[in-house]
Amino acid sequence: MDHLDQLEQQSVFIFREAFRHFERLCMMWSIGKDSTVLLWLARKAFFGHIPFPLIHIDTSYKLPEMIQYRDRLAMEYRLTMIVGQDEATIKARNTFPDKFKANPAMSEAEQALARKECCSLLKSSALKATLQGTGIRRRLNLTTGVYDIDPDHEPYHGVIGGARSDEEGSRSKERYFSPRDKNNAWDVGDQPPELWNQFKTDFAPGTHVRIHPLLDWTELNIWEYIKRESIPTVSLYYDQGKGTRYRSLGCGPCQKPIESTSKNVDEIIAELKSGRLHNIAERSGRMQDGKHGLEELRREGYM
Amino acid sequence: MTPSAPIADRVEADRDQMNIVIVGHVDHGKSTLVGRLLADTGSLPQGKLEGVRRECERTGKPFEYAFLLDALSDEQDQGITIDTARCFFKSSSRDYIIIDAPGHIEFLKNMISGAARAEAALLMIDAKEGVRENSRRHGYILGMLGIKQVVVCVNKMDLVGYRQDVFDGIEREYREFLAGIGAVSPRNFVPIAALSGENLITTSPNMPWYRGESILALLDGFTKQPPKTAQPLRMPVQAIYKFTSHGDERRIVAGRIESGQVKVGDEVVFSPSNKSAHISTIEGFNTQPRSEITAGWSTGFTLSEEIYITRGEVMSRKSQAPLVGTRFRANLIWLGRKPMAQGRDYKLKLHTCTQPVRIQRLLKVLDASQLDGVLEKDSIGRHDVADVILETRQPVAFDLTTDIEGTGRFVIVDGYDVAGGGIITQAVPDDQDELRSEARLRDFSWVQGSITVEERAKRLGHRPALVMFVGKQNSGKHRYARALERALFDRGTFSYFIDGTNVLMGVDHDLTVDATQAELVRRFGEVAYLLLSAGVILVSTTNAIGLADHSSVQALIGAYASVAVEVDPGGLSTAPCDLRIRGTETEAEVIARIIALLGQKQVLGAP
Repeated sequence: MDHLDQLEQQSVFIFREAFRHFERLCMMWSIGKDSTVLLWLARKAFFGHIPFPLIHIDTSYKLPEMIQYRDRLAMEYRLTMIVGQDEATIKARNTFPDKFKANPAMSEAEQALARKECCSLLKSSALKATLQGTGIRRRLNLTTGVYDIDPDHEPYHGVIGGARSDEEGSRSKERYFSPRDKNNAWDVGDQPPELWNQFKTDFAPGTHVRIHPLLDWTELNIWEYIKRESIPTVSLYYDQGKGTRYRSLGCGPCQKPIESTSKNVDEIIAELKSGRLHNIAERSGRMQDGKHGLEELRREGYM
Repeated sequence: MTPSAPIADRVEADRDQMNIVIVGHVDHGKSTLVGRLLADTGSLPQGKLEGVRRECERTGKPFEYAFLLDALSDEQDQGITIDTARCFFKSSSRDYIIIDAPGHIEFLKNMISGAARAEAALLMIDAKEGVRENSRRHGYILGMLGIKQVVVCVNKMDLVGYRQDVFDGIEREYREFLAGIGAVSPRNFVPIAALSGENLITTSPNMPWYRGESILALLDGFTKQPPKTAQPLRMPVQAIYKFTSHGDERRIVAGRIESGQVKVGDEVVFSPSNKSAHISTIEGFNTQPRSEITAGWSTGFTLSEEIYITRGEVMSRKSQAPLVGTRFRANLIWLGRKPMAQGRDYKLKLHTCTQPVRIQRLLKVLDASQLDGVLEKDSIGRHDVADVILETRQPVAFDLTTDIEGTGRFVIVDGYDVAGGGIITQAVPDDQDELRSEARLRDFSWVQGSITVEERAKRLGHRPALVMFVGKQNSGKHRYARALERALFDRGTFSYFIDGTNVLMGVDHDLTVDATQAELVRRFGEVAYLLLSAGVILVSTTNAIGLADHSSVQALIGAYASVAVEVDPGGLSTAPCDLRIRGTETEAEVIARIIALLGQKQVLGAP
């Protein structure tokens, strides 16, 4: 059993515990490499099946390749695919790109604030509304390939996500099973004990539990596993000849590619092993993070 | 001296990875040690160290390595680590995940969560302050969690002038304490000065009297726990899957193998139901077909015989089956805000099994932070540890933690929260122990016909069950029992009425009047078992066998469902039963309630 096997076995165990204990279970799928590995691990856990819905929060600023890839895989794997969106904010043009367009002279600080506000609405609030069923859920119709309004408005009590502890400081504080209160908030200072493989599976009405099967995985592990299992990934991760690629995927206006000529999985693995990216944070291209930015976002519900 | 020379990243196909935890009393230097190890091995992102230094200058705080780890704002404000941060770190021989565990007593549950995931531990003791409450408590907990590779770091040696006698004194005191509570003694004690990096990566010229290795060398000397393939087979059943979509017909018994190994064709048995079957296939997704599988794998099997088993049972071999019972002795640590009280039900989570549990006997409550911490208490308070006998409502399969860890440790849930954890130290016999052993031996040697219980249940449309009417003579049990037999029969179920007299006059014919009650119960139970094995819903009435005997009968009929109905015209009985009636209810009313109970127990409407 090698180190990827070990990680895989623990993730599969976590998936099965989640499926057992949460009748209203869903999994976040951001279309990125981590949550796509998550999707694969779910198929490992359930012998090819994915017995719960997948949720994508579409900010409307995702790169088109991501949406195409999402729908292609959803049709191919016959996924129960649900998309949530903060349609009101988008309609009211209350997003960072809207504000920046209206006022291109924004200072750096104003931009940072606007980005965080935008994330807070388009991601955190939209996620909260989608999970609780107060927002509109759209479900992919596997016959027509069109998203219909989902008649289901029941809240989800178990939410599987792809957080990894090596990715960024606040994520290193997570448990495998991490409770969120009625407002989706995370009390970092008062988390349940997690002994051996006994997890927090009992929860008060109105609260929910975030489940993190990838907590022990590193960025390198993710790519090694993608290679070993031949998991399909979005082309944005690879250099298309311009000498740049995305290392972490988010919204178009708030992410920058890194300089890298890695054109395929093997080259990314070699690049990560070479230590060339060792001194650059994985989310460095994600402009909303800033100092404590992501932690504050995560406290209010960001994945 | 500050060791420099960051260890170059080595490119290897499969490097060893190890989880280690750093524990100890608050302010004894855990975070400093981690920060320093990260910095000195070149495991920090560029600019991170400088960034934290600048931030400290800006806020006027003296720089501390601990700030490197305290990524969260409220931690930096309070100046204490509140949770188990994980950071990744490399030596020349392996990758480490360092789990930094808080030393503050308020966050003991975080410390335990961190330590429970570790394969080895560093325990920090401040040379100047000496052994403190949490040095002791954490030492006890490491032992309880089963962490055997422990190095004690006597830190801040610079503050005591690098004196050997101070170091030796601490080592002696601490070893004596651990020996006193029967805990594992640590492998090594190392004098260090974490802030100045002495004896961390290289040994320090300031302590020439120390002949041992540096912390890093000791870490690299820790061994990975070998997979437990040599131990007896244990796989707690996590779930039975049958995903019918896309024409998938497999019925898969899923779980993680805690120990041992198994291959296609092997006979396995499930405890506590005692059901056996053969491994037909080993299932997986996007993987090569396997003919055998070993400890550590989260896997799934199809069985050659269709048997009805549930989550919480343990798969093993017949010759090396786990213990089964309702009582066990355990060492337990309590973390709940409310004390663990006697006479109250809690939820036990033992491997994949969940059961109501209560304290049967409280043997000793200890404050593990004190040298002689025996407390005169009748409940287990927050942060107390206890030696206790626990009792589950139904029998569970378990092992002693010294034999097999995975099936020998548990947590206790109070309300919505995990409030305690423990290890099983001893099996404690209960009143049904002998009968349960008899049933087990009988089941293991059972000669099975060609029709399985499941096939029979499918044909009949229900599973077997015993509905046992008890109560005084002339209380009206016969009337209800006979009506129930008829009602079930009219519904199409294979029901059968048996009166205690029928057993007494035949099977018990050889017994003399002074025969023990236990033997009467045993024979009745075995007769019931034979009828249940034939698929029957058995409705019994007995005067001789009462509610007190129900658990004995249940021990004999094992996994088959039973419903105990007491007819109690006086309304005085308080013993536990499934249904208590006064004898004034209509037959239809009682029948409806029993049928509902049979539905809940998945006897009716299940297959």
